Amino acid sequence: MKRMSREQMAARVARDIPDGAYVNLGIGLPTLVANHLPKDREIVLHSENGLLGMGPAPAAGQEDPELINAGKQPVTLLPGGAFFHQADSFGMMRGGHLDVCVLGAFQVSTTGDLANWHTGAPDAIPAVGGAMDLAIGAKQVYVMMEHLTKDGRSKIVERCTYPLTAVGCVNRIYTDLAVIDVTVRGLRVREIVDGMSFEELNRLTGIALLREQAPAVA
Amino acid sequence: MIDKIVPSVEAAVADIGDGTTIMLSGFGGAGMPSELIDALIEQGAKDLTIVNNNAGNGETGLAALLKARRVRKILCSFPRQVDSYVFDGLYRAGEIELELVPQGNLAERIRAAGAGIGAFFTPTGYGTELAAGKETRLIDGRWQVLELPIHADFALIKAQRGDRWGNLVYRKTARNFGPVMATAAKCTIAQVQEIVELGELDPEAVVTPGIFVRRVVRVPPPAAPLKAVA
Repeated sequence: MKRMSREQMAARVARDIPDGAYVNLGIGLPTLVANHLPKDREIVLHSENGLLGMGPAPAAGQEDPELINAGKQPVTLLPGGAFFHQADSFGMMRGGHLDVCVLGAFQVSTTGDLANWHTGAPDAIPAVGGAMDLAIGAKQVYVMMEHLTKDGRSKIVERCTYPLTAVGCVNRIYTDLAVIDVTVRGLRVREIVDGMSFEELNRLTGIALLREQAPAVA
Repeated sequence: MIDKIVPSVEAAVADIGDGTTIMLSGFGGAGMPSELIDALIEQGAKDLTIVNNNAGNGETGLAALLKARRVRKILCSFPRQVDSYVFDGLYRAGEIELELVPQGNLAERIRAAGAGIGAFFTPTGYGTELAAGKETRLIDGRWQVLELPIHADFALIKAQRGDRWGNLVYRKTARNFGPVMATAAKCTIAQVQEIVELGELDPEAVVTPGIFVRRVVRVPPPAAPLKAVA
């Protein structure tokens, strides 16, 4: 089965982020999107620990322990960037000022419920960070994840079995197999990876998907 | 004359009692008031409730305070990290209480305390286990959860520069929780890298006005480590 690589997924998400957008990229897979943002678009990255206008990692030896991202890795600040405190930073998220956030996920439900913060395992130490604030606050919530678990089960589910991050918050799902919109009528497939049929995608997902007339992606 | 400058970190934390609630600024290590925390460990206050975004890294700063078993309860958003093994051990052994708070609720509950707000409704957490048992209400077509302010007896924060009135400016992303925590504690203690004369801080650029700060103590940045010459 042909799947998109992580970099291909990141490039696919990046294509949908418009010029002028204020964007928060979650930790993990979504972080890769930053490397693929089209050069001809001015896109401002937000990091919830308190900066707008986040630039790439600094050159070796130029790291500043007081200039870090939400993953606590050293970053740089672009010209025009700004620092602010936590209440302002989360006001940007919770107040609906961010245009797009891209989040990783364990599961997304047919109605856009998101589970991405906790496996719920009894020995797991829970940690939530800004996930719940991003999920309810950004104008567009994009999820980026592998379509199937390692043992082949769909991460797109009728109802999430992992603890919820937020209810009905996801607008679009980017997987290594497809791009799917969450609509009031159900999950509408926009694109499928080259070489896979709608029927095969439907079978793997295990949920009745809606078909949209659209060309396959390369 | 107002002079909030205290001579040492030891003097700054001398009256912190057992059982108090203490806010600590910082996001991971950035903005953590490590020297004030070291002085607090030395001072011996115990049975503390700590408010911080994380639960310590390695064995310094907050992690050292936890390791010394001075903390009864911690409120934070993201305790689990690659190097949070001190907290992890205490938590798994049932020796520390954790109140896990979404990071935006943490910031806003602290802000609410400092601004005299009795409570607020927010969509964050609605329908999740972190909102279990909390009052909810449908407002403007959206379900929201009632959240209460977080007050503290003390806030220990780190800033870059301060003056004797307690005005503060911060450095880069080390600002994080400092400004909101400064407003929410009965006694805010700021460690600053540099103390300047009144009037030297640009009043347009002061981030924390001195009214929120009770004590200022100078902690110079650590000297660059000496390299051994082979």
